[in-house]
Amino acid sequence: MVGIMAATVILAVLPLLFILLNLIAKGAGSINWAFFVETPAPAGQSGGGVGHAVVGTLIIVGMACLMGLPIGVGAGIYSAEYPANRLARLARFVADVMNGTPSIVVGVFAWTVIVANQKHFSALAGSVALAMLLIPMVMRTTEEMVKLVPNSLREAALALGYPRWRTSLRVVLRTALPGIVTGSLLAIARIAGETAPLLFTALGSQFFSINPTQPIAALPLVVFTYATGPYEEWHRLAWATALVLIIVVLVLSLAARIATRQRFTPNA
Amino acid sequence: MAESLTGEALVSPPRSLVRASYGDRIFKGLLTLAALAIPLLLGFLFIELVSGSRLAIARFGFGFITRSTWNPVTEEFGAFPLIVGTLLSSFLALLMAVPLSLGVAIYLTEFAPMLVRKPAAFLIELLAAIPSVVYGLWGIFVLIPILRQTVFPFLQSLLGFLPFFQGTIYGPSMLSASIILAIMVMPYIMSVSREVLLAVPSSQREAALALGATRWEAVTSAIVPYARSGIIGAIILGLGRALGETMAVTMLIGNRHAISASLFAPSYTMAAAIANEFAEAVADIHLSALAYVALVLFGVTVLVNAGARVLIWRVTKRGVPGGHL
Repeated sequence: MVGIMAATVILAVLPLLFILLNLIAKGAGSINWAFFVETPAPAGQSGGGVGHAVVGTLIIVGMACLMGLPIGVGAGIYSAEYPANRLARLARFVADVMNGTPSIVVGVFAWTVIVANQKHFSALAGSVALAMLLIPMVMRTTEEMVKLVPNSLREAALALGYPRWRTSLRVVLRTALPGIVTGSLLAIARIAGETAPLLFTALGSQFFSINPTQPIAALPLVVFTYATGPYEEWHRLAWATALVLIIVVLVLSLAARIATRQRFTPNA
Repeated sequence: MAESLTGEALVSPPRSLVRASYGDRIFKGLLTLAALAIPLLLGFLFIELVSGSRLAIARFGFGFITRSTWNPVTEEFGAFPLIVGTLLSSFLALLMAVPLSLGVAIYLTEFAPMLVRKPAAFLIELLAAIPSVVYGLWGIFVLIPILRQTVFPFLQSLLGFLPFFQGTIYGPSMLSASIILAIMVMPYIMSVSREVLLAVPSSQREAALALGATRWEAVTSAIVPYARSGIIGAIILGLGRALGETMAVTMLIGNRHAISASLFAPSYTMAAAIANEFAEAVADIHLSALAYVALVLFGVTVLVNAGARVLIWRVTKRGVPGGHL
């Protein structure tokens, strides 16, 4: 029985290795300078890149961070610093529920709030959807990180005459900051790979654009459109784009893992 | 910095106390706003979904859930095949993922050599970090060819007497989507069950071992029963993920509005229908019907997730009253 269970571990790790190897085999060859700076070649022709989607993803994710991070971090500090409070408990529960809400549903929300009123697709609508996904993730990590700050630090600052808000900002938050940053990076990596909420908000585009009120390209959208498209050349770009996405996500995950392990090991 | 502040506090306590209380109030006020934003956003999301689906609710009512026609031309919409597709694909995914993830979680908390426990758990959790659309890409170009050429024909020759494995073999199908879903939800179930199992007090394990149980007996008689409601919570959490999973399923399920007994046939899910049709829908009633689908999906996942959270909290925060043996 134990042998069978050991085998389940191997079976569970297998897809990860398989996916990574396939991505490298099919995507690595297409990654070069042009891939990052050019726009796609016209359908059927070879060459071109996904520079427009790199810019688009940076813009969408950047705006989502501007909207989502302050709320997420603030709510996280609140529920860690006033944990028994009724609002803290409610926010925690709702954040967990929001974490489980399908991203496509959040996309529909962003559509009804922004696209339906604006009458056209826009990068901003995509950012709103991604911010909605970012907030609960960031809130929960911030809360965990702030909770890990030893109470003695808080008490020492208060005993020195620091008011509570300065204690929270200059002592507690500063101590927890590396953890909050890495946790937020992880959440950002997660939303950078989201496709579903962008399908009918940011929509995608074949051109360079930095206008937040217009449709914009994004890396995950490129993977989806090109993977389901008919051309061999598109499939090549889809694999390369997926490889870039995966590298971003995995590097951030590993960095977050290593950073948090060094900072906080409460039991080990 | 600290010295000047302490000095200041000693010299003029009233002024600094007044300032501190202002600062505290502003600080707490800002934090409260942020914390309030979260429930408000969820409420806003719910209201927007309801208002977006108003037209469809008025036209089709609750019958929407049980009707099977989906015809944008005649403007007849019923979500029954989508709901069945969502439930069935999630159920099949859990059928594959649950034994696997529980096996891994139990092995990694109870039996594995200390050295491999954390790295193995980390590798599996990395699966959860892979974007859904990458699973879809991999599914289309790697998984489906393998399934269609070798695995599905083999299943058909072995279990062809069952209606589920009869009929034409398509690549994009209910079974392909369920397999990719199983891979995707496994890390969630594994990781939460592992946390729950780690939260079982070691007295539980030691008592069983002291009574002469083998390590395996200790797991089945003392540890797993103690963690039972948490493990069920982990499974329900995985179910929530599977129900709402969009991109990989959209790319692998074949997208056909129909219910079919064969798992080799293309099907559809709620999330996939929204993903495919929302950007292209022009008629208001079509958009509204899709928003209605989103509302149903939202309702189902909220219920599922809230249930899972309650079960997990019972184990990890308070312990299970009477959950022993």
